[in-house]
Amino acid sequence: MKRLTLIRMKQKQKAKVVEILGGSALQNKLMSLGIHPGREIVKLSHMALRGPITIKVARTVIALGHGMAGKIIVETND
Amino acid sequence: MIKKIFLLGNPNVGKSVVFSRLTGVQVISSNYPGTTVEISKGYLKTEEGKIEVIDLPGAYSLEPTSRAEEVAVTFLKDGPMDEMAVINIVDATSLERNLFLTLQLIEQGYPVIICLNMCDDTTHRGIHIDTQNLEKILGVPVISTCAVTGAGIKLLIKRIEEAKPAQGNQLTHEARWQEIGRIVEAVQQLTHRHHTLREILEDASVRPLSGLMIAAAVIFTSFKIVRFVGEALINRIFDPVFLNLYQPLLERLSQALGHQGFTHHLLIGELINGKIDFKQSLGLLTTAPYIEFAMVLPYIISFYLILSLLEDIGYLPRLAILLDNLLHRLGLHGFAIIPVLLGFGCNVPGILATRVLESKRERFIACTLISIGVPCVPLQAMVFGLLGKFSGFYVGGVYLVLFSILISLGLILNRILKGYSPEFLLEIPPYRFPPLTVLGKKLFFRIKGFLIEAVPIVLLGVLIINILMFFRLFDFITAIFAPVIQDLFGLPKEAVVALVIGFLRKDVAVGMLMPLGLSAKQLFIAATLLAISFPCIATFAVLLKELGLKDLIKSTLIMIVISIIVGTILNFGILH
Repeated sequence: MKRLTLIRMKQKQKAKVVEILGGSALQNKLMSLGIHPGREIVKLSHMALRGPITIKVARTVIALGHGMAGKIIVETND
Repeated sequence: MIKKIFLLGNPNVGKSVVFSRLTGVQVISSNYPGTTVEISKGYLKTEEGKIEVIDLPGAYSLEPTSRAEEVAVTFLKDGPMDEMAVINIVDATSLERNLFLTLQLIEQGYPVIICLNMCDDTTHRGIHIDTQNLEKILGVPVISTCAVTGAGIKLLIKRIEEAKPAQGNQLTHEARWQEIGRIVEAVQQLTHRHHTLREILEDASVRPLSGLMIAAAVIFTSFKIVRFVGEALINRIFDPVFLNLYQPLLERLSQALGHQGFTHHLLIGELINGKIDFKQSLGLLTTAPYIEFAMVLPYIISFYLILSLLEDIGYLPRLAILLDNLLHRLGLHGFAIIPVLLGFGCNVPGILATRVLESKRERFIACTLISIGVPCVPLQAMVFGLLGKFSGFYVGGVYLVLFSILISLGLILNRILKGYSPEFLLEIPPYRFPPLTVLGKKLFFRIKGFLIEAVPIVLLGVLIINILMFFRLFDFITAIFAPVIQDLFGLPKEAVVALVIGFLRKDVAVGMLMPLGLSAKQLFIAATLLAISFPCIATFAVLLKELGLKDLIKSTLIMIVISIIVGTILNFGILH
């Protein structure tokens, strides 16, 4: 088990969301899109130069800014 | 008795398509979240009478996190619950995420009926949903539909009366997601399949390297097609019709009017070498229709053909991801590319679309950049028509100048405006391939919209110009502005008239430059100034509505300063 942020994840890696740092506004926003502790996600891509990160949550693809991605803590199996 | 039907659902699930199906009112729908920023109302005719149908902007949750969601929720809370029904539109290909809002609606006691949309798309994605079971678990009617083709809509209408509040306890967010997990487990079956070409493309277009290559190819091809189709329409259809069919009729009318006089001046305008010249005569029946139909309309058709295609396929949100970085430096985020692209068609829908941006700061930056640096199709078509005969340097030059202004102004505004711009968070829709009829309808709707808005103003504009010129009333305005125009911008004083008319409509204004016999450099400067300076009156009105008076004045001051600086630099600095 390893804890890291979305940013540090590798492409195509699977992980489980364990914590969302930041205020309740951000938590609610992500929550309504299905990003919440306990959820499995897959990282799809990462744009260069602190660009947005795309992840797959259930069957939905979501792109989020670099800063936001840094506030999402996940846990991987390896 | 139901008096009002609200259409509510996550962004990009096809609410607007369902709305059009129910009411027969055509509204623009696309494949990206946030197409609908305004509330549309229409009526559903049933045997008992008319029911009002309201299309609400997309919402992920009943606890609003954006302006669009706020609007949706306020509307919903307004209506008395026993006189309304909520059609909750659910994207069947993404059941899990959509059920969050559904459960909230049920928990809060709204009379709900579920429209499980995009059912055609589930089959080839290997998804099977047991609608009867879903209906039983949720306790509200569930109807599967495919709104794009119209399948299931009749059944939806028939069962609207069955919309009813169901039993539901108020859950915490975590408990709600757990509940959703259980429901999805019970009703949804997935068959595993190999990746399709579509999914490979979907992935490739959001990866850094392949994404940039695809973006470059898409933009280049789109531009080429817009020009090719536009020119083909002009050369093959519109020009021949005007020159071979319409002109002989006008020549006869001109003769009947005796080649001169007030009426002749209004309708036909000036004869050039004894003949009518559509580009220079400047009459109500000559230049006015020629500008709109033979110079601008062909490009309106080709531009919206490509834009509608890109919108419906779902490419634009992917472009937004790629450009997020650049746009962040301008104080915006990636999604702002959508209002900007719409602005290239016409600034008005572009500025309306800035509503999807969350902060006031972002909206101010986006609106200002669009109205100064983004030329609309009518203006671009005229630039092509006017400067196309000189070297490509001039046409390219106009774009280069506008692009440099966009970037530098964005960088500056981002520096000096207080606050910061929020981050990017966007759902990326799957690629979809809409039936050609749907695309055709949308194109027709947009072209009709253009004609209804443009033609009366163009005619009015040419009428006003002709009357003022006939009685020489422009001399006064010309005298005031002549020093700036002549000494700073190097343009003849008659060009003042064109710049003033630019406030009414840009295409007529560029048209006004045609008879002046300007050099390529002067045309280049005048066209660039027209693009930067005051937006046309329609854009001005929307800016006032969206920004408020104070910000509009700020935006306008920026515009005037930039126009003067750029005009002067172009005249003295770069070109000789």
